[in-house]
Amino acid sequence: MGKIMLEVKDLKTKYVTRFKENVYAVDGVSLEIEEGKSLGVAGESGCGKSTLALSLMGYYFAPLHYISGEIIIDGKNISGMKPDDVRKNILGTEVAYIPQAAMNALNPTQKVIRFIEDVIHAHDKSVSKKDIFDMARKRFEILGLPQEVLNRYSVELSGGMKQRTVIAISTILSPKVLIADEPSSALDVTSQKMVIKMMRDLMEKGYIKSMIFITHELPLLYNVTDHIMVMYAGQIVERGTAREMVFDPVHPYSKGLMGSIIVPEEGTRDVKLEAIPGTPPNLKKPPAGCRFAARCKYVIPTCSLGERSRRVFDDNRMHLCIHSVDFLRETYAKEGTGIAAIKSQKSENLKENKKTSEKTQENASNKSSENESEV
Amino acid sequence: MPMSLQELQNKPSVLRGDKVTKIFGYGVNKNTAVNEVNFNFRESEVVSIVGESGSGKTTLAKMVLGLIGVTQGDIYFRDAVRDISSHKKKKEYWKGIQAVFQDPFSSFNMFNRIDTLLLDCINLMGGKKLPKEEKVRLMTDACSFVNLKYEELTNKYPFELSGGQMQRLMIARIFLLKPKILIADEPTSMVDACSRATILDMLLKLRDEVNMTIIFITHDIGLAYYVSDTVYIMEHGQFVESGTAEDVILNPQAEYTKRLISDVPKIHEEWDLSTVAGL
Ligand SMILES: Nc1ncnc2c1ncn2[C@@H]1O[C@H](COP(=O)(O)OP(=O)(O)OP(=O)(O)O)[C@@H](O)[C@H]1O
Ligand SMILES: Nc1ncnc2c1ncn2[C@@H]1O[C@H](COP(=O)(O)OP(=O)(O)O)[C@@H](O)[C@H]1O
Ligand code: SF4
Ligand SMILES: [Mg+2]
Ligand SMILES: [Mg+2]
Repeated sequence: MGKIMLEVKDLKTKYVTRFKENVYAVDGVSLEIEEGKSLGVAGESGCGKSTLALSLMGYYFAPLHYISGEIIIDGKNISGMKPDDVRKNILGTEVAYIPQAAMNALNPTQKVIRFIEDVIHAHDKSVSKKDIFDMARKRFEILGLPQEVLNRYSVELSGGMKQRTVIAISTILSPKVLIADEPSSALDVTSQKMVIKMMRDLMEKGYIKSMIFITHELPLLYNVTDHIMVMYAGQIVERGTAREMVFDPVHPYSKGLMGSIIVPEEGTRDVKLEAIPGTPPNLKKPPAGCRFAARCKYVIPTCSLGERSRRVFDDNRMHLCIHSVDFLRETYAKEGTGIAAIKSQKSENLKENKKTSEKTQENASNKSSENESEV
Repeated sequence: MPMSLQELQNKPSVLRGDKVTKIFGYGVNKNTAVNEVNFNFRESEVVSIVGESGSGKTTLAKMVLGLIGVTQGDIYFRDAVRDISSHKKKKEYWKGIQAVFQDPFSSFNMFNRIDTLLLDCINLMGGKKLPKEEKVRLMTDACSFVNLKYEELTNKYPFELSGGQMQRLMIARIFLLKPKILIADEPTSMVDACSRATILDMLLKLRDEVNMTIIFITHDIGLAYYVSDTVYIMEHGQFVESGTAEDVILNPQAEYTKRLISDVPKIHEEWDLSTVAGL
């Protein structure tokens, strides 16, 4: 196992609204990312993905408040640090964060190189402008971005170029963790692909050491990340490798999400899309017991009693449901729905050269070793 | 189930375009956004128009809707030359053709309450004189069709809704208007995959109920493949390829179509990042 770059233990944060109501948008999230790996976060809108991204920086400002839990970056515990210290010593070097719609938030009256100066100077005032320019030029060149961009204003750039520039600026100090919230969702497919290619280059060239990638676009997540966590109502309901999560989702909510995947591939047209009825619960007052109960096909009366314990299975997977993994897998197999039900020749061929390891393939089979534990 | 080419050709034409062109600006600023496109959309057909940003999709949609003028070419509505030369004729045309737009927030008047918005639809359809209870019943039905509660929406303003609720409200409007043709410009771009599935379900149900023709405008080839009978691929203002969804997407001929398809991340096939241009 590689070195752990980011470790989060039972993180809880909340919004305090104008009316002094608490919104528990991140409610007990734990995760780990190894060096060189990427973790995807999926879930419907309003599940708390953006809040999690924001919370992971350790930099809290109203209306967002820290409640409890730990954030450890490369061995350094940053929870409880003062905002000024976080800004000076953590942001940019340890964690870089690209907010949703970042590319539209760039100040239009400032040249791209000035943003880079801002990022570097926030951390170290003594670096000269010339050194910064040289560094930026080199980095842009390696990432395949035209150098002229450094002297342009953001409004002069196309959507795709703007987004790649934002990422290049944010990662100029080679952070250990990059957190990207929907970095390509507003782009067309061609620009999206360029953005993804650049993020992969950043990782391969060692300019970032790990990545959290947030998007509701599941085929994208599947292709970009090593592991996927599914978030529902402020909690992580399931975690596994990208392949396991797409082809063998276990939690009923993950199963529903994966049933809504659309891709332009032969056969996918004949699989009926699954729409999960209803909407996520209000996080001001999350329901007792399983938060998904009101929408779940497999609900039983005890689901709404008390908190679920996390079930760890297949070595490194986790889910949060009252039913056993075997029960759920058998039930899904009987129904025969979802994208995983398409057995195309292509997918068989691909198995050999896919990035996931052999071991994972075995794990995705029906035998599971399961134990219950409070993680 | 998608219709076969044969089935389609037996249906009456609802909207036809002959060399439809839009040129913005003059001289050095001249920009041909849509360049001599031909199309023929039939009753209850689901069409997708797919292309990159700036390829001219929204411009074409606006011409078809009569929101902007046509520089050259002709548009036929139910086999007769479209006539929107007066305000009255335009209003009549809009009973037959409606749109759901890219950014849901831009398509509503922010200062009109949701009741007013739905009432306008009833009025447009000639229901102005209906008794109040009947109007409320119609609005309640429309809301429940899209899983919204009318009682919870009355007196609210559009900006008090979430993006997903907003999108559903737009479909509730379409439910009331029951147009012959619906143009949906990126109807699902702002929503997650789950809500997208719900919205598609609703639109296709509506199609079956009233034989509506739906024209999806999208970047999303997966969506185009999933929902449409026919697909038109647009590049720089022109259709470079069209045909049944199966033909165009599983067996693309134009280089541009091939590239668009290869740019989409897939599940069963490898996503080849090495083809990214300019690196
Ligand atoms: N009102 C206008 N005046 C001048 N040029 C315009 C106008 N509207 C659009 N254009 C231009 O017409 C071309 C096509 O734009 P259009 O909005 O139709 O693209 P699109 O395919 O809908 O793109 P997207 O996928 O980003 O929505 C672009 O070059 C655009 O800049
Ligand atoms: N500034 C805010 N003040 C109060 N509540 C908020 C704020 N931003 C988000 N929320 C609430 O927090 C929850 C999670 O939102 P968010 O993290 O944006 O979800 P996602 O990114 O998954 O769509 C939602 O219930 C949302 O309404
Ligand atoms: S705990 Fe019960 S309600 Fe929750 S996901 Fe499992 S079966 Fe469904
Ligand atoms: Mg978000
Ligand atoms: Mg458009």
